Amino acid sequence: MKFLQNIFDATRPAVTDGKFKALMPMHNALETMMFVPDHNTDNGSHVRDAIDLKRTMVTVIFALMPALLFGLFNAGYQHYKALGLLVDGDLISQFLTLDNALFGAWRLVPMILVTYAAGLGVEMVFAFKNKHAVAEGFLVSGILIPLIMPLDMPLWMIAVSTIFAVLIAKEVFGGTGMNILNIALTARAFAFFAYPSVMSGDKAWVNTTTEAGQSVVDGYSGATALGEMAATGSSSYSAWDAFIGIIPGSIGETSVVMILLGAVLLIVTRIASWKIMLSAVMGALLMGWIFNGLASYMISPEQQVYMAMPFYEHLLYGGFAFGIVFMATDPVSSAHTERGKWIFGFLVGMLSIIIRVFNPAYPEGVMLAILFMNVMAPLIDHYVVAANISRRQKRSTVKAS
Amino acid sequence: MFKTHVVQKGMTLPIMGSPSDLLGTLESTTTFAITPDSYLGLVPKLAVKEGDKVLAGDSILFHKKDDRIRITSPVSGVVTSIVRGAKRRLEHVLIEADAVQAYASFPKGHPANRDEVIERLTASGLWTMLEMRPYGIIANPNDQPKAVFINAMATAPFAPEASITLKGREMDFQSGIKVLSLLASKTVLSIAEDESSTALVGAENVEIHRFQGQHPAGNTSVHIAHVSPLNKGEVVWAIDAQDVAILGQFFRLGEVHLERVITMGGTGFVDPSYVKAMPCMQLTSAMDEALRVDRTYRVISGSVLTGQAVGKDGFLSYNANQLTAIPEGEGTEFFGWVLPNIRKFSKNRTFISWMFPHRKYDLSTKMNGEDRNFVMTGEYDRVFPFDILPNQLLKAMWANDLESMEALGAYEVVEEDFALCEVICTSKQPLQSLVRSALDMLHAEMN
Repeated sequence: MKFLQNIFDATRPAVTDGKFKALMPMHNALETMMFVPDHNTDNGSHVRDAIDLKRTMVTVIFALMPALLFGLFNAGYQHYKALGLLVDGDLISQFLTLDNALFGAWRLVPMILVTYAAGLGVEMVFAFKNKHAVAEGFLVSGILIPLIMPLDMPLWMIAVSTIFAVLIAKEVFGGTGMNILNIALTARAFAFFAYPSVMSGDKAWVNTTTEAGQSVVDGYSGATALGEMAATGSSSYSAWDAFIGIIPGSIGETSVVMILLGAVLLIVTRIASWKIMLSAVMGALLMGWIFNGLASYMISPEQQVYMAMPFYEHLLYGGFAFGIVFMATDPVSSAHTERGKWIFGFLVGMLSIIIRVFNPAYPEGVMLAILFMNVMAPLIDHYVVAANISRRQKRSTVKAS
Repeated sequence: MFKTHVVQKGMTLPIMGSPSDLLGTLESTTTFAITPDSYLGLVPKLAVKEGDKVLAGDSILFHKKDDRIRITSPVSGVVTSIVRGAKRRLEHVLIEADAVQAYASFPKGHPANRDEVIERLTASGLWTMLEMRPYGIIANPNDQPKAVFINAMATAPFAPEASITLKGREMDFQSGIKVLSLLASKTVLSIAEDESSTALVGAENVEIHRFQGQHPAGNTSVHIAHVSPLNKGEVVWAIDAQDVAILGQFFRLGEVHLERVITMGGTGFVDPSYVKAMPCMQLTSAMDEALRVDRTYRVISGSVLTGQAVGKDGFLSYNANQLTAIPEGEGTEFFGWVLPNIRKFSKNRTFISWMFPHRKYDLSTKMNGEDRNFVMTGEYDRVFPFDILPNQLLKAMWANDLESMEALGAYEVVEEDFALCEVICTSKQPLQSLVRSALDMLHAEMN
């Protein structure tokens, strides 16, 4: 390791004063990534916790790994299933094959690389322009974005969406810690509205490219469970399939069980707020339950069937679990007060189900629900803060009178 | 028998080097320094010049805004030099102590009324032991505080226990309380939930409150918040228990004797223990003996959470009741942010070490990361036992937003209350200096 440290030490003069000044943020980012710097405390508290933002962010990435790995297998599985190329055998021998994983990895890895290159590129430019270090916020966004985009999305679209999100949703507000919207969801929302043909429809979420001699099996639709529900009110996939995750969808979102593994890590390490996760689940359950009661009053039969779906099954389909665990809990764009987090999560859960059921144009409601509540979070915080302030004022007027 | 207040939130810093109960003496030196910067709120004006002879208790500095308030010499000797820094700012007044100490004489006996207490305390320089809340600065004798809070509860790392520091000074402590009770209609003594020392439990002329909990349960702000929350426009004065004994002794003898029992804690000391020490003394010769030599240690006047790094050639602060020495952090760590790191202290559970809650660590001064914008929320709340929203208050301070600061409770806290938040902060924000400068600004704006 001495060898690496020597390289950094030797090149430092060139980027601090020399002609390679523009590379300073990159030099610093690389060095601090490899070595926790030897900075010491000044006055104030002389000892510090071992935690830093890098470790916080990398813990989220670890939490994403189960869902990511599962998604690789599922991408291949869905592809070969659509082409009728699955060998006979039980589900496990069909699912856990090297071919499946390689198929997924072959597409996901370039997506991740392009996202990081685009996002970190923007961050570096701003770090240089504003003379600060590159913050770690994008470490997580860079993994999240590929996990919620269609596998077949052209890489340039991913790059454009990422650059838009980092630039407009983050850097114009002052960088990491200052953004109002969740970066990954902003990228997805941009793509959703800019490139609707790529982002929606039956062809979006399963790769059905055929090579010579291959063809898609007759009658195969490729629609996601939520897509089917929006159209007909029910899905051909069972709740159990959805819980395990062997259904079409974006790479990260399908497997609720793998997302739960990540959620456990985030809650145990206290990186993400369990309050937001729990209240979002409660909000979704309540909304689903209310819909159960209202189902028979609906006009269209599809709507009646959709709303009569057992209320807890809403948690299993679509990107709900993924959005709640990894995006609603974003500490910067969610509510900042502890009480506000309860309200924020609850409304995210309720809105997700409302949008999902009532607006067939957006089969997945969680993205818009979280983005909307990101915008509303400061308002929630405002009232929580106002309550704290008025408690203080009341105390002083009681005293005075 | 007394009301017990339970403080839920907080943290005991798992740091090695706790002092033993043994009492030694820190080898005295002959050089002493008055450092105006360490007196918060003081605008210094010199009362002496180089070469002047002073007695213990003679004035060295006046407060420009109220010349009743003065800083007096802890020892008798000669003013050897007046050290100034950039822009002629006064840094130290150095005093070379006599071999045999002589004391300036003040009236003896119990004071008759409030005015007399103020007059005699300001004249002797002991007034600076009284801290004003809000702002955490030297008390203003013109204020009418609603209460005086005496703090006899130590929860900061290695902080001395009042039962030990008051040993042999019980009578002075009690008469000190009696003097203080003349200053306000209410005098509060806060003690630990398990305190049994009779000097404290049996104290008279004072309302006793017990507190239970981890640090910062021993901070005066916590006691005030539980007993009599500070509202806008109200003032409370606060004083440390050992200072009450010093004050009692002053009224008994009519002389200023400032020797204190302090702790020497931290792994930097060969033998962490309680010692008797003079405030403002130069540490060099004492530290030569007391410090270990295997590594570079940082000598801190005060606690590891709130003290000043003074170096082994530095001076003990006028109000320090502890000395701390911990290793300076050295070297970089290869991929330190991703490894499981069983042997690292963190309140955060991303380190496996959280599974060993009773482990103690040889904590160094390492920052363990770079500073970032505020990102995490709900983090400070775990160690901040006030009905105050810490993130929001800190951001108001960061934005110099006086109105919000006031509304969010800036009057109820001082920088030491944020010390643990600063320790556990993921973004490595310098919270205490932020709070200090915000309070100074608020004070300047309001007065």
